[in-house]
Amino acid sequence: MRNKWQLIWRDLKRDRQSYVLIGPYFLLFFVFTVLPVVLSFAFSFTYFNMLEPPRFIGWQNYGRLFLDDDIWLIALKNTLLFAFITGPVSYFACFFIAWVINEFRPWIRAILVLIFYAPSISGNVYIIWQMIFWGDRYGWFNAQLIRLGILVEPIEWLKHADYMIWIVILVQLWLSLGTGFLAFVAGLQTVDRTLYEAGAVDGIRNRWQELWYITLPSMKPMLMFGAVIQITTSFGVAEVSMNIAGYPSVNYAAHTAVVHLLDYGMIRFEMGYASAIATVLFAIMVLTNLIIQRLLRKVGE
Amino acid sequence: MKKLNRSWFGSLPLFIFLALAGAFMILPILFTVNNAFKPLDEFFIFPPQIFVRNPTTDNFTDLILLLRDSWVPFTRYLFNTFFITVCGIIGHTLFASAAAYPLAKHRFRGKQTLFTIVVLALMFTPHVTRIPNYMIMSELGWIDTYWSLVIPAFALPLGLYLMKQFMESLPDSIMESAKIDGASEYRIYWSIIMPNVKPAVFTLIILQFIQLWGNDGYGFIYSEDLKPLPFALAQIGLGGFVRQGAQAAALFLLMVVPVTLFIFMQSRIIETMATSGMKD
Repeated sequence: MRNKWQLIWRDLKRDRQSYVLIGPYFLLFFVFTVLPVVLSFAFSFTYFNMLEPPRFIGWQNYGRLFLDDDIWLIALKNTLLFAFITGPVSYFACFFIAWVINEFRPWIRAILVLIFYAPSISGNVYIIWQMIFWGDRYGWFNAQLIRLGILVEPIEWLKHADYMIWIVILVQLWLSLGTGFLAFVAGLQTVDRTLYEAGAVDGIRNRWQELWYITLPSMKPMLMFGAVIQITTSFGVAEVSMNIAGYPSVNYAAHTAVVHLLDYGMIRFEMGYASAIATVLFAIMVLTNLIIQRLLRKVGE
Repeated sequence: MKKLNRSWFGSLPLFIFLALAGAFMILPILFTVNNAFKPLDEFFIFPPQIFVRNPTTDNFTDLILLLRDSWVPFTRYLFNTFFITVCGIIGHTLFASAAAYPLAKHRFRGKQTLFTIVVLALMFTPHVTRIPNYMIMSELGWIDTYWSLVIPAFALPLGLYLMKQFMESLPDSIMESAKIDGASEYRIYWSIIMPNVKPAVFTLIILQFIQLWGNDGYGFIYSEDLKPLPFALAQIGLGGFVRQGAQAAALFLLMVVPVTLFIFMQSRIIETMATSGMKD
């Protein structure tokens, strides 16, 4: 036993320069990312309002979450809707657009990348969608529909429970060609050209076969990285919903799990309950990511 | 040699799809740019036009007047955002690259575990850690200071991940002669590794810039004179219809800086992303 510790100590001493280099980053990483996840889990079993010390209440927060909180169920349903629509759609769009763009000459490709990537780095510009879907006839979308004779009266798109979630989904898709998209653009350029020539000899006939048998398998690591980015973003919808559909939105129609979390954590200061929401969200996000990673490993096998 | 079927005709549906998707992406951007230069009356014509007819810079003058007369001057908000962004970029780039070097090139105890945790951290959004982060900040006494926004930004996982993957693609041979000369690891990191990872450094800078430039300090900053620019600009939008012009100008200003940066750095970012894949 003593020997083992001596061994570890010897290794630590030998590699001390490595530890000094990683030290500052990981100190902050543990304080602001790892510790919060642990704290969140711990506080989720307490009643805590930041004024009195936390009081242990067992599973009560989780019970309330799934049995007593109707708005949470709406939020969860919306979040899953986002995840199952914007997640896969944006993932395939990222790849597909990157793939088509890859056919062009470098300078055209650079312009196209800029066009598709720009929305995701433009900060709050998505607020412009509010003007596009404005509720009176000065809203661009209403005006077009009225001009075409499809509508007689303008529709309050963003106040109508049936429409607004779809508009938030649309805006979310508009924002979703981000880091994952760039990774695909870059990944497609690294695919070994000679593989395509070899493939043509081996009887690959069209670009779809080429895509499935050569391109996808050779950029599997990018596909996995892109999946993590797209999944995580699509579960985290909050600010877009709050700024486009309002907060709270009409009938909570665009309420998401993260909005619910911010509501309890930043406004009502029910930290224990908010922590339970955060823990559930954490589990859903990480589990989905791990499952998808496992599935993607099978691509092209 | 057999030629692959890549006829122009066969590609047509793909290009049509690309054109439609491109229009969907660019229309709101064009709308924003044009709105920023519209005189107020053009906001109220029916049917609404995307393109401006009589461009003017009134909206920008309005914006500056509005913010100059506000209790906290415009330049103060601008300074706040500038300070937060610059500190966050410098700290993140230094800390993340220093940590990425041993993770990419050394062997030491705990290396694999640490990197796995960083990858796990990419799998959930920062919202999850928001509440406990607030408590930690309040324990540290950092609520309502710049540090509550700057310091956590030093240790975001994406930058470390991209930097480490990029460093792994460097050949080991570049460090060998320095090792034979007995240079310390710190020296190798600073004078050999860093000059060779410039594309990744630029990538970290721009990703961090996007994060911090758009940060409105929500929940962590309460004092008006410490609030960042996006917060102030968001307030203008609340002023109703007459403020529409000024709001459009504000949106334009917030958009134009990151997009311009990206135009200049695109090729380096793509170079970095080429190594971003997740290996098993």
